Amino acid sequence: MLETLPQAVVTGVLLGGLYAVIGIGMSLIFGIMKLTNIAHGDIMILGTFLTMRIAQSLTGNPVIALLLTIVIMLVFAFAIQNFLINKVIAKGAEPALLVTFGLSIIISNALFLVFGANTRTIPSQLVTTNLIRTAHVSVSMMYAVNFIVAVAVIAVLSLVMNKTSLGRAIRAASSDTVMSELLGINTKHMYVYAMMLTVVTAAIAGMLVGMTFPFYPTTGTQYLIIAFGVVVIGGMGSLPGTLVGGIILGLAQLVGANFIGPTYQQLTGFLVLLVILAIRPQGLLSKAVRK
Amino acid sequence: MNNIIEVNGLSVLHGDLRALHDVSMNIESGKIVSIIGANGAGKSTLLNTIMGIHRPAGGTVRFEGGDITGWRTSKIASKGIAMTPEGSRVFADMSVMENLWMGAYLPDAKKARAAQLEKVYGMFPVLKEKSSQLASFLSGGQRQMLSIARAIMMNPKVIICDEISLGLAPVIIQDIYVKVRELNAAGITFLLVEQEIKRSLRHSDYSYVMVKGRIVMEGKSSELSHEAVSDAYFGINQFA
Ligand SMILES: Nc1ncnc2c1ncn2[C@@H]1O[C@H](COP(=O)(O)OP(=O)(O)OP(=O)(O)O)[C@@H](O)[C@H]1O
Ligand SMILES: [Mg+2]
Repeated sequence: MLETLPQAVVTGVLLGGLYAVIGIGMSLIFGIMKLTNIAHGDIMILGTFLTMRIAQSLTGNPVIALLLTIVIMLVFAFAIQNFLINKVIAKGAEPALLVTFGLSIIISNALFLVFGANTRTIPSQLVTTNLIRTAHVSVSMMYAVNFIVAVAVIAVLSLVMNKTSLGRAIRAASSDTVMSELLGINTKHMYVYAMMLTVVTAAIAGMLVGMTFPFYPTTGTQYLIIAFGVVVIGGMGSLPGTLVGGIILGLAQLVGANFIGPTYQQLTGFLVLLVILAIRPQGLLSKAVRK
Repeated sequence: MNNIIEVNGLSVLHGDLRALHDVSMNIESGKIVSIIGANGAGKSTLLNTIMGIHRPAGGTVRFEGGDITGWRTSKIASKGIAMTPEGSRVFADMSVMENLWMGAYLPDAKKARAAQLEKVYGMFPVLKEKSSQLASFLSGGQRQMLSIARAIMMNPKVIICDEISLGLAPVIIQDIYVKVRELNAAGITFLLVEQEIKRSLRHSDYSYVMVKGRIVMEGKSSELSHEAVSDAYFGINQFA
């Protein structure tokens, strides 16, 4: 147990990075639209299937497959935000939440129709290559890449949101819709842009997930729960908090599994989530509770 | 006469409450026009309807001759009308400079952003001093200045101000009206809402008096007497 702890910690932190990039889009949508996007996991898995199919049929290069996936996902994001979510979001977050619930079912069923129920993988040599291998700790290239990409995605997204004109306009639209409109910002467009940013992160997360773990059409739900945990622990809408949330959840799962047994991995993760919720309901890195 | 904004027969409902009854007014280009009225007279409702925030039940709003009734607020703003709404509404989680940049969001304003920034920093040196501080650290008066400065960043043809002097010390109010004069001299048309009769008449070219959702009096500010406005302001109120 104790001798396997270092491995559990290392894997937990690295897995936490992957969790963070899974959760970041959900955090962004929550922060900007006050919307809990129930379809987030399915949107990500849609990206995973697209990358898999494009890699199989068009190009062997996963990066090119990812780029093509992102293009398709951007169109998809535009469509769902512009034609569905924006139509109901003015009436409050609940109707919009129901729309995303419907989307979640539609996406997973569509994936089932097209791809069948089989378990899939995106083959990658990263999984079988080790970056570090010592007597106590080994780190696969895949987990290292997951972590590095996650940190990079979060850093870039934070830069976009804080340091670009588009990011500021999206934040302004979120904090004061009427004032933003008075400044010439079409706030509905800002929500569309926010959804587009979100699906870019979801497509990247989806490819990493598909390379790291097996997946099937209903896997999205599993990742929705992880994203939800990450967002709640890290502080609703806080982007750096997402990384903290991911690492805490990853550590809680793997360190818990190390001591109690692998079957309890999910349980220990969510026990920690509950404890944090009880102590700090607004999450660890969130700004003070909004009025 | 060259009217930049024309409001014709505007009626607005807030649920069952009729907040505006058949309101008509003309804003002459290059002038400072004021609307005077007590709490609840419908001044903000009128401004908000001009800006497309409320939809009228009847009537029209024209800008430079074209009908803009029912347009989306951001589209109206992009035509060249800036508004500082009641309560300044600065973005508290952004720095003073970022707030000003938000004013220069539209493409034309963005091109002129650096020059406009110099201009507003020249007009409001305190904003330059605090440019990298969060707007949440500003005092009430400084927030109003930021709100006006942000409107100026839009490089608008018209600036509409909803009670910019509310809750401010007289020196600061004086200072803000000096700036309004300067900007007006540079060609910007103003539509100001005020509760105080004297200040309103002193600082405008033309005034409208609103009571319970109607225009009850209008005229050149220099020709309206304080007493007459005061009678209209309070008198009809008692009967209504
Ligand atoms: N969103 C709203 N919903 C319902 N009633 C409203 C709304 N906004 C304003 N009213 C009502 O409409 C009337 C006019 O309000 P308005 O805010 O336009 O007045 P005002 O002249 O700007 O007053 P103040 O000087 O207090 O700002 C008031 O009776 C007010 O209670
Ligand atoms: Mg008002």
